[in-house]
Amino acid sequence: MSIRFGFRSPQSPEELSDLVAGSVSAKTPFEVRGRGSKHEVGRAVQAGGVVSTEGLSGISLYEPTELVLSAQSGTPLAEIEQVLADHDQELAFEPVDVGAVLDSGPAQASIGGVFASNISGSRRIRAGAARDHLLGIKAINGLGESFKSGGRVMKNVTGYDLARAFAGSWGTLGIMTEVTMKVLPRAKEVRTLLCYGQTDQSALEAMALSLDTPFEVSGALHLEAALAAGFSDLSLTRGLTPVTAIRIENFSNSVRYRMARLKEKLAAYGPGDELDAARSRLFWQEVRELKPFQNSKRPLWRISTAPSRAAKLIAAIRRSLDIRVMYDWAGGLIWLDTDLTTDAGAVEIRRALSEIGGHATLIRAEPATRASVDVFQPLEPSLLALTGRLKAAFDPAGILNPGRMYPGI
Amino acid sequence: MSLIELPKPDQSVLSRRDEIIKDLRKLVPETPLIADAQGRRTYESDALSAYRGVPLAVLLPGTTEEVSKILRYCHQHRIKVVPRGAGTSLCGGALPLQDSIVLGISRMNRVLEIDPINRIARVEAGITNIGISQAVAFQGFFYAPDPSSQLACTLAGNIATNAGGAHCLKYGVTVNNLQGLRIVLMDGEILDIGGDYLDAQGYDFLSLITGSEGQFGVVTEATVKLIKQPEGARPMLLGFGSADAAGACVAGIIAAGIIPVAIEFMDRPAIHVCETFAHAGYPLDVEALLIVEVDGAEEEIDALLETIAEIAERFRPLVMKISQSEAESAAIWKGRKAAFGAMGQISDYYCMDGVIPLSKLPKALSEISRICKQYHFDVANIFHAGDGNLHPLILYNANDPVELERAELCGAEILKLCVELGGCLTGEHGVGIEKRDLMPLQFSPIDLAQQKRVRAAFDPLSLLNPGKVFPLEEGPPL
Repeated sequence: MSIRFGFRSPQSPEELSDLVAGSVSAKTPFEVRGRGSKHEVGRAVQAGGVVSTEGLSGISLYEPTELVLSAQSGTPLAEIEQVLADHDQELAFEPVDVGAVLDSGPAQASIGGVFASNISGSRRIRAGAARDHLLGIKAINGLGESFKSGGRVMKNVTGYDLARAFAGSWGTLGIMTEVTMKVLPRAKEVRTLLCYGQTDQSALEAMALSLDTPFEVSGALHLEAALAAGFSDLSLTRGLTPVTAIRIENFSNSVRYRMARLKEKLAAYGPGDELDAARSRLFWQEVRELKPFQNSKRPLWRISTAPSRAAKLIAAIRRSLDIRVMYDWAGGLIWLDTDLTTDAGAVEIRRALSEIGGHATLIRAEPATRASVDVFQPLEPSLLALTGRLKAAFDPAGILNPGRMYPGI
Repeated sequence: MSLIELPKPDQSVLSRRDEIIKDLRKLVPETPLIADAQGRRTYESDALSAYRGVPLAVLLPGTTEEVSKILRYCHQHRIKVVPRGAGTSLCGGALPLQDSIVLGISRMNRVLEIDPINRIARVEAGITNIGISQAVAFQGFFYAPDPSSQLACTLAGNIATNAGGAHCLKYGVTVNNLQGLRIVLMDGEILDIGGDYLDAQGYDFLSLITGSEGQFGVVTEATVKLIKQPEGARPMLLGFGSADAAGACVAGIIAAGIIPVAIEFMDRPAIHVCETFAHAGYPLDVEALLIVEVDGAEEEIDALLETIAEIAERFRPLVMKISQSEAESAAIWKGRKAAFGAMGQISDYYCMDGVIPLSKLPKALSEISRICKQYHFDVANIFHAGDGNLHPLILYNANDPVELERAELCGAEILKLCVELGGCLTGEHGVGIEKRDLMPLQFSPIDLAQQKRVRAAFDPLSLLNPGKVFPLEEGPPL
């Protein structure tokens, strides 16, 4: 390690490219950031400085009738969502505002960081993940070269899909300078059905049943009582009981029809209140902001597993850890926080996952904990080797975010 | 004569052919191996039949382990491998080379598991596309991507090309409908990526492998997403006096917040050929025809089609016809799905697959017409209007080598136009050999070098499906 250069935010892709090339020559790895909302996620990076894309900002293309938007990677997500809302459109994958449970606070994310972390929200079960909406990128690789992949059209199989490979790469493969994404119309109407008092197992059954319909359920969430109490809608807080929430979005006649049918189907689970559009939007916005996990230092995990095994997984973890659980994606995604322990419960959680299947990422923990446990799920040796080769194909000198995801990569 | 050059065969490999076949027979005695001249000739081309190459041998493994053994052997002995599903590629993606073996996985076609709770199916990758939907239909599910070749094409080939289809406007293409896969790398290593949970850990290898045209490995199994069948679906026909009006209508529908399941476009020549073939009830006196399909319950469909009809009125349609019965709906789709076959009955054709931004549609169509006139070809246009994926069919005589060369030049100019308009060379067919030499139109040397470095992370010797996707290197391969 040589020169330390502190914090830099290049104002153009050319300047960024020069900076990377200079760092390669000087053998000075650096931390890659967007606007820094998620910089606490991941392993500590051994770096000589921080390079941010916040100087690369602005929407360069928006064609509502082609469902496409391009923006420089440092553009605030909030700015993009505002422009989309003005045209009754949205990012259908509902990016989770991870910064809201970290020191940075809510609404600080950049669009580049949204794709680099690929953390999709509740609508993922219907609309797909962030990566499914990433159509193209311009990026600087670890040699300082500017390259592009994908484009601005919905269908494109010209060459390899390097753009989507950047989704979830946490700045370790290259630095995106521009991202082009698919946008979609925002539903005219939204309603949320709440069921109260279900156990984990029965809630998972109810959610699976709701998805076993053609009603295009766009959110299926289960909250234990302690977490339900963290929302602002009285329907969730007043009963001090677990709450299962199921969302339907569409044109209003369709929502009316589908909600009625859904209630029939879920009759055995005691369908309770129905949130109207305004209350629904607020509720799911608070889910996006992980509201019940805010203002806390408890270690927070994000776990992906098969919905049918989610209850078993949580029961296994509960045997050894004191946890609070929010099931999203009908049980396929679990957000849980644990008591403060030296390893944030990593050993127990990963042991349960190795038996039951899935993977876990430690989203929030003290720096000392993040330095000593695997923040991202450890990979099988053969997959780890391929991961190392892919990293080297983009960043042979190991300049960009070294070690952020895995040691030595 | 055709313009596309194939890599020069490695004479040392050709001369070792008998030895290689003997070795492979011993290595995987359970794997059917085709070595006789006539059998091998069956595999000499794919659906881009102007190009042929008889391989050293054809192997049809039945298990992932057999695939692994074969690849490891070929890696050790520096033998090229051309993976093959059903051979329906329109771009020469499965074209064998003389010094390659063909590894066909169509025998690996079992459904391994249907999991209705997690809404996924695990299948062997040699299963046909339609085979998946057929296997899960009894539980009310379907597999969404539906390329026109779905009766024959394999999931493995769909993964190699990231195949789409008419219904991907709403449900996405192959990459959006995959959760996991098992892949064998060229050195024989077997990897599992993702599985029965969403969002595989680590780098998004699922996305990288999907659309890599068989150059990263051989996919032997996949976990695919199942979608609940809608309560119903119904198309309507909208006929317009101009392509401009049809394009504006598509934009109007999307601007109203409606994402139909499919929006298909045909121009006058395509309408006439399809109608003659399928008797679908298409209007014959319009310049542009849209098939717009929506799904849902009966009342929902009625409401949506009514809204679409109101939007369409603004663009002065000459014909508006909502399907009134399942039979009518089936006929409408039969015409569209049979389009390529119907066209094939009246002429040979060269099918393009460029994509343009929808707003450039009128310009694209008038330019395509101008280019084809210049080359003295008739052209029919069929495409997925919702996503701008054009399929101009250039009508030519395949038995005339001069016409083939001219058709290729004409096609190249159309694809160049697509790139200039902000689109791309291929939306769902892949690059293969057909568009290989056009890649520099869309990508800089740095872009291409980056792609090649990624390929080398999987297959450093470029033994898998060589000679495709990238312009041939100067000098000898390897």
